[in-house]
Amino acid sequence: MNWQERLSPTVKALPPSGIRRFFDIVAETKGVVSLGVGEPDFVTPWHIRESCVYGLQKGYTSYTSNSGLLELRQEITKHVSAKYAVTYDPRSEALITVGVSEALDLAMRAILSPGDEVLVPEPCYVSYKACVSLAGGTPVAVTTTLEKEFRVTVEQLEEQVTPRTKVLLIGYPNNPTGAILTRDELIAIAAFAEKHDLIVISDEIYGDLTYQGQHTCFSSLPGMRDRTILLNGFSKAYAMTGWRIGYALANADLIAAMTKIHQYTMLCAPITGQLAAVEALKYGQPDVDEMVAVYNQRRRLMIDGFRRIGLPCFEPKGAFYIFPSIRETGISSLAFAEELLKAEKVALVPGDAFGSCGEGFVRCSYASSTANLTEAIERIGRFVQRFR
Amino acid sequence: MQELLELLEKDYTLTVQQLSSMLDRPEEEISAMISQLEADKIIVRYQTIVNWEKAGSDRVTAIIDVKITPQREVGFDSLAERIYRFPEVRSLYLMSGAYDLMVMVEGANLKEISRFVSNKLSTIEGVVSTTTHFMLKAYKESGVILEDKEEDRRLAVSP
Repeated sequence: MNWQERLSPTVKALPPSGIRRFFDIVAETKGVVSLGVGEPDFVTPWHIRESCVYGLQKGYTSYTSNSGLLELRQEITKHVSAKYAVTYDPRSEALITVGVSEALDLAMRAILSPGDEVLVPEPCYVSYKACVSLAGGTPVAVTTTLEKEFRVTVEQLEEQVTPRTKVLLIGYPNNPTGAILTRDELIAIAAFAEKHDLIVISDEIYGDLTYQGQHTCFSSLPGMRDRTILLNGFSKAYAMTGWRIGYALANADLIAAMTKIHQYTMLCAPITGQLAAVEALKYGQPDVDEMVAVYNQRRRLMIDGFRRIGLPCFEPKGAFYIFPSIRETGISSLAFAEELLKAEKVALVPGDAFGSCGEGFVRCSYASSTANLTEAIERIGRFVQRFR
Repeated sequence: MQELLELLEKDYTLTVQQLSSMLDRPEEEISAMISQLEADKIIVRYQTIVNWEKAGSDRVTAIIDVKITPQREVGFDSLAERIYRFPEVRSLYLMSGAYDLMVMVEGANLKEISRFVSNKLSTIEGVVSTTTHFMLKAYKESGVILEDKEEDRRLAVSP
């Protein structure tokens, strides 16, 4: 049977993730110092892991309600309300998902019809555009620039908006750039969304990892609660990537629609992860504070490090990434990443994996030990000397 | 200062340059702060945590509960000093509860420690009683798990 012929044209047309290709090369190299990891280097705090063990001992091994444990939904809405002063009904306006990834997929599938356009500021997380395409929509990349520190502006959005634009998808603090948007910038974007009557999907998974000022939750902005689908989860702030627990907060009709897809395709998020997430929200804030303080120290170490070796980068104020420019070397991001890996055994991710405007940049994750980061900077410094 | 101390407590091999970056302060300021903390004996000493069992050493450690009679004017302090001056004594704490002092003693073997207890410690005037517990295995010291099996299991590259 010729399976190539039988594949869905949509899936066939999807480009494979740029990261995946590079991962295969890294996996074959020994002694690599990796700045390529998009997840915390911390293991989930022990009390959270221990609560899961306890849950298993007590026999919590069943399905939960499709929406997720009510206790978890209540803790989430309480947490969001206390932190951002925006309230949601835990019974009708919250859905527990398998990571933000599933929440994003559900949201897209719940609202998109063929021909609907979704504005996606780039560089961005690798799955954004694919999720739009798989849901039958058309992703429209919005190019951001180093000059504006990769923060999307209303002018850039206005250039791409059409009568078919239905959704604006934003993810700040941003993976891969580490950029954040200030409250004022978000207010301007809110006005843009209102003007064009757009749905805003706000992926705030890195919200807690903000190092300057406070993170602004998009749905907490005046008038935005009703048009926003707020996505968040436990992976980054609580170092719980492998648990796969995320959530969506939004209007009840939309949540009902997302829940319908979720119940037919996923049924529910794993109960073990949900129990752990309850523990995380109840008692995990000191852990988050401690990890954020450590990330911040490393962030400064990296900013200084890149300045010292003379690779230009703007100051990232969120997430755990730094996005230096490698344009001066005259080679492509992918060539830079491959050559660096070969010559100095440092792994990082070529910037174009996150959108074409990421070309000329590389993503370095500082979710790694101080010793590793210092060593990596030294090696990268040695490597870029070759081009001078 | 708090942040500097916390960093150094975990890892004193961090260089002034690293600390300066991490804390966003000039190197001269970091150097001056460290010198001052050392002079004030807030930073008491830079030490290494060693897993002696793994290094093949047969050293023996005991924790001794000591009951003492406090002395007029000096309370427990003077008696404590008589005890902590012995080089065998690794740590000494004044405790609330069933006994007064917790003495951690290190020796080459059991005999050496029992000799210390019977000849030195229990003969001090004011020491009422001693209970010696020999340590069988060290799992965690000064906040550090000695044989941590949790390694970095993440994929080398992920989105």
